[in-house]
Amino acid sequence: MKIDRRSFLSFVIGGAAGTALTPLPWKLTDDLSIWSQNWAWTPIPPRGETTYVASTCTLCPGGCGISVRKVDERVVKVEGLKGHPVNDGGICPLGLSGAQLLYSPTRVRTPLKKVNGGWQEISWDKAIQEIAARLRELREKDQPQTVAWVSDTDRGTVAELCKRFLTVYGSPNFIRTPSIQDSYELALYLTQGQRAMAGFDLANATYVLSFGSGIIEGWGSPPYLFRAKSAMQQKGGTISQVEGRLSKTAAKADQFIPIKPGTEGALALGLIHVILKEGLYRKDFVQNRSAGWEALKKISGDEFAPEAVSKLTGAEAKIIADLARAFAGAKKPLAICGRGNGRQIAGNEQEFLAVHFLNALAGSINTAGGVVAVPEPDYIDWPEPEMDAVASKGMQQARVDGAGGKDFPMSRYLLNRLPEALNAGPSSPVQVLFVNSANPAYSLMDTPKVEKGLKKIPLVVSFSAFMDETAAMAHYILPNHVYLERFEDVPAAQSFPRPIIGLVKPVTRPLFNTRHTGDAVMQLAKAVGGNVAAAFGWASYEACLQESLGDKWDALKEEGYWVESKFVPAAFETKSKKFEFSNADIAQLPAYAALKAPGDDKAFPLTLIPYDTLRLSSGTGGSPPFLVKSLEETILQKNDGCVEINPADAQKLGLADGVDAVLSTPKGSARVKVILSEGIMPGLVAMVRGLGHTAYDRFLAGKGININSLMGSVEDPGTGFEAAWGIRAQLTKA
Amino acid sequence: MEEPKANVTSSGIGHGEKEDGAGGPIILFFILGLIASLLIGWVAFPPLLYSQKKQPVDFNHALHNGLVDNGCESCHFFREDGTYSGVPKLAQCIECHEEANSEDPEEIKFVEEYVKKEREVPWLVYSRQPACVFFSHAAHVKTAQMDCVTCHGPIGESESLKPYQQNRITGYSRDIWGENILGVKRNSWDRMKMDDCAECHATSGVSAGSVQTQKDGCLVCHK
Repeated sequence: MKIDRRSFLSFVIGGAAGTALTPLPWKLTDDLSIWSQNWAWTPIPPRGETTYVASTCTLCPGGCGISVRKVDERVVKVEGLKGHPVNDGGICPLGLSGAQLLYSPTRVRTPLKKVNGGWQEISWDKAIQEIAARLRELREKDQPQTVAWVSDTDRGTVAELCKRFLTVYGSPNFIRTPSIQDSYELALYLTQGQRAMAGFDLANATYVLSFGSGIIEGWGSPPYLFRAKSAMQQKGGTISQVEGRLSKTAAKADQFIPIKPGTEGALALGLIHVILKEGLYRKDFVQNRSAGWEALKKISGDEFAPEAVSKLTGAEAKIIADLARAFAGAKKPLAICGRGNGRQIAGNEQEFLAVHFLNALAGSINTAGGVVAVPEPDYIDWPEPEMDAVASKGMQQARVDGAGGKDFPMSRYLLNRLPEALNAGPSSPVQVLFVNSANPAYSLMDTPKVEKGLKKIPLVVSFSAFMDETAAMAHYILPNHVYLERFEDVPAAQSFPRPIIGLVKPVTRPLFNTRHTGDAVMQLAKAVGGNVAAAFGWASYEACLQESLGDKWDALKEEGYWVESKFVPAAFETKSKKFEFSNADIAQLPAYAALKAPGDDKAFPLTLIPYDTLRLSSGTGGSPPFLVKSLEETILQKNDGCVEINPADAQKLGLADGVDAVLSTPKGSARVKVILSEGIMPGLVAMVRGLGHTAYDRFLAGKGININSLMGSVEDPGTGFEAAWGIRAQLTKA
Repeated sequence: MEEPKANVTSSGIGHGEKEDGAGGPIILFFILGLIASLLIGWVAFPPLLYSQKKQPVDFNHALHNGLVDNGCESCHFFREDGTYSGVPKLAQCIECHEEANSEDPEEIKFVEEYVKKEREVPWLVYSRQPACVFFSHAAHVKTAQMDCVTCHGPIGESESLKPYQQNRITGYSRDIWGENILGVKRNSWDRMKMDDCAECHATSGVSAGSVQTQKDGCLVCHK
């Protein structure tokens, strides 16, 4: 029998017929369909028990309560905590994407040491011992003041532990990052004699005059202000927004008054001029509860008459006069200032004072709908540390940033002056720099200069949980837990008009070999030894936190927050016990002058201004992928950063919508995409803040431009505060 | 002129001869193919399709069922929010088994390997549906008052866990398609395919599958 082609075919046909009579094809078809619907690489969330943990968000100073949804141990969603006094269930896009930070690929998973320019893993004990050895050396050389510490806050147990460490070690150089808190705190201190935070009862105001503050763009506590703004507008209240660009806040305001940025203070003084001239101020407050108001006439003299202010600001004189009348005539007016989200720039102190005076003239100080002085938290009451001779001597040295010194006696922190100090001499006045929840290499003005300065510091230690720009430049990284893995207190909610303490609770166990910065600082102190070690008697950070919060601990653990329910703002603590429009300290400050944007007007005919969006984190941390993906086309196109200019300017420059251009400033240049917008004043170029990261992950790095790399520092002459609002710029066709 | 004709004829004859001679083998080969494929399809294929896996610990349902008060729900309970807990987690087992309660080697293994090392037991779940299937225990057990046995069979009476037969293609248990390769079932719990869901829904007159739309449809179960 020969097996030929035909018999083979016959065998195959027989096989096919037989196969059709078996379950094989039908079963395989079914199995393949199931297989193809369930690829192994399709992400499938594991099932488990759903639980919620009430905690507090730390991603901005807003102090919102959060409810974190977990499935078993996995964090799946961060939501606003219902019933929380600040946000009552509301949450901003950054807070919402907190889970992406917890599981971020850029988290620093273990302590790292830089060796030959690369990172090497190191044990916690070894890293702490090595850093402590350097710290002991400096003390032996009698140079404890060469250690500095940068942090985004000076309140709460962690910041207090850092400050305590520096004090008992012998350095006065604890430096908080610049923000409008600096200017507001000083304004309250100068006029009311109180070390307090400014709270704003926006919900109960009937008229809000905002000098460029991004009420719905991250200023203060975003969800609190979102709700407050809606509530006041629904009750018939109105908002006037004053700024150079039609921001989201301006678009949602009842009145938009475009003025040249940087002249907000002049407008405020112009309004004071009209109010005084027409006698529109609240006599009860001004005559009974204030002192020195006659001095106002001097500072808001004829040079601030509507016509003069019109020339300075670009707003019509009639609009200025009407604005003054509308403000003074409102039942509960409130004026606020600090451009954008107010997180990176302190501002022109005279501008803040002028705006604060406006509130005082309207009687809106410590009232419903007004500005409220919220006392600094007082629950941290630790025994004074015992200082040795080295520490006492070190603490008497001048601060490296000049704050509180002879030039700027009123300022407490001037981080913006640090790069200059670092770059001034051949050797750095800072030998060791600790950086905790701050990213100065990204957020300070003129980042190339900052980088140059930081490189001169022999030892930089970062406590960052993420590989941010400053951490990338550091010599050691002692990674903190992220906020969903740790205990911590949030001692205030920025802009919220009542004292409130939030508790950050560990929602999940730490994912990596990270350590709480509070514990790391204590262990560092113990490794340094002597009086430094003795100042930290607590067994752990958690024990310290629990002891500090005392009888509030139980309520905090249960509810997640503690709020002063019957809060009454304290009486003024000035010498006169009244609100002081003028006193010896205020008189020391130079008269108001609009600060000029750095650069030559001829070479740089335009002015670059930053703006903020809620869709980007422009503070300490980087934006998670969720935020970057949600950006509008007017901000980011693929990896290209965009700038907004007025069509009239575009025509002059020969630029069309969407074309590539080169944006140059005295500090540098960058390739950008041009977006034409009728909402921006001619002469301005606007760029978003919060992009152009060089560190972090591929979802954030290399996208857009860090505007701070193009900006230059502008010092407020009276206080030394960072007051950069813009820089001269030029746009040319690419 | 004759040459080509002869050629045609001879080739024609030649074909005829071959057909005659090969007719038998062709049918034979057809039958051979038929038998081989039937054997492969019915005998060889089913065991090849599944791999056999042993459960990490041999669990005695009957023994536990005799000790608890609340039947299946003692361990396979509904959470406060109405969701179904499924296979118990270690934390539940530890309530009774922090230490071994007997000399049983399986219990000792469980305590040594999992309880002491705080590792979850990687149980192989016979009734695990593909991820694209949404199933609510609450709707069936709480609302429709169905017994566990209807779908899961008398597993509560078993003294030992049978081997887990994993479909090599889909990765799911053989119990979903059913033991019978043809898909024939004798009991309601023999199969857990979509048709079986649909059959029960049809016979019990459940048509309002979706709470939101009060209608049946793909998206009721396939989210």
